[in-house]
Amino acid sequence: MTDDFKKIVTQFIESLPHARALGLQMVHLEDGVVELSMPYDEKLIGDPRTGVIHGGAVSALMDTCSGVAVVAHPERPVGTATIDLRIDYMRAANPNQTIYARAECYHMTRNVAFVRATTMDEDRDNPVATATGAFTVERLSEATK
Amino acid sequence: MSRRPEPVQVVKQRRDAMLKALVHGVPYLRFLGVEVERRGDELTCVLNYDENLIGNPMLPALHGGATAAFLEVASIIQLSWSMLWDDMESGALDPTTFNAENFPRLPKTIDFTVDYLRSGLPRDAYARARVNRSGRRYASVHVEAWQDNRDRLFAQATGHFLMPDRNG
Repeated sequence: MTDDFKKIVTQFIESLPHARALGLQMVHLEDGVVELSMPYDEKLIGDPRTGVIHGGAVSALMDTCSGVAVVAHPERPVGTATIDLRIDYMRAANPNQTIYARAECYHMTRNVAFVRATTMDEDRDNPVATATGAFTVERLSEATK
Repeated sequence: MSRRPEPVQVVKQRRDAMLKALVHGVPYLRFLGVEVERRGDELTCVLNYDENLIGNPMLPALHGGATAAFLEVASIIQLSWSMLWDDMESGALDPTTFNAENFPRLPKTIDFTVDYLRSGLPRDAYARARVNRSGRRYASVHVEAWQDNRDRLFAQATGHFLMPDRNG
């Protein structure tokens, strides 16, 4: 993977309005594997009693991370969209900790990409959530090749 | 001997106050821009369009993560609403006392599967959830979301939830 490609993908992701609103940042990028971080923020709290962030914010983090893993696949699709995403929540994320999602695009057919992702907080041995998803694969059309 | 029905304004005030307390008490719902409309016990969640909900600005389309979050929020609100209904109607639960220390324990998501049917357009979205099963510990919820046409869903989801211990 070239540094230029890394720079373009990182800038693109960090510029998406909803990713910006969540404060997502690129941590690691290689072929088919991506790690993003999301800082703790009180506006993301889902349980006012404990200060734990809402599952929806974790879903948004993992959906984004999974989509980037597809675009970073060595076949370099030009775009992708989520077909389905299943998220399993193992435990509440610790309040006041940045959380990290790591996604891997482990298989790609002509039209479909398969991804799995894990979300962790500072306790990296105990995942907060995992996800598996199927994504569309947008390729340059035959006509433009 | 039959009891006289309560005045309609009393009923409405009680239910709307509970719903408002539930929705406004959770910061993430404000972040997403979710509001809830009520007809009797039927709820419709509204995701007010905002530029911050956009994923890909080229299309532009709602962020898939924002859509997933909206569906999950709608499921939890519906499930909490069903769970609290009896205590609300009996007057056992007073929403004016809700704060960060005293807030109802909410159901926790075990798993959530989102089915993206078409891209979300840059405008308001609506969702209604149905509790298909709710036991003492586990619940199963299905939720549908649409924009312009009720029959053309842009996303749907099914989730399982762990119900809070209500004796604790």
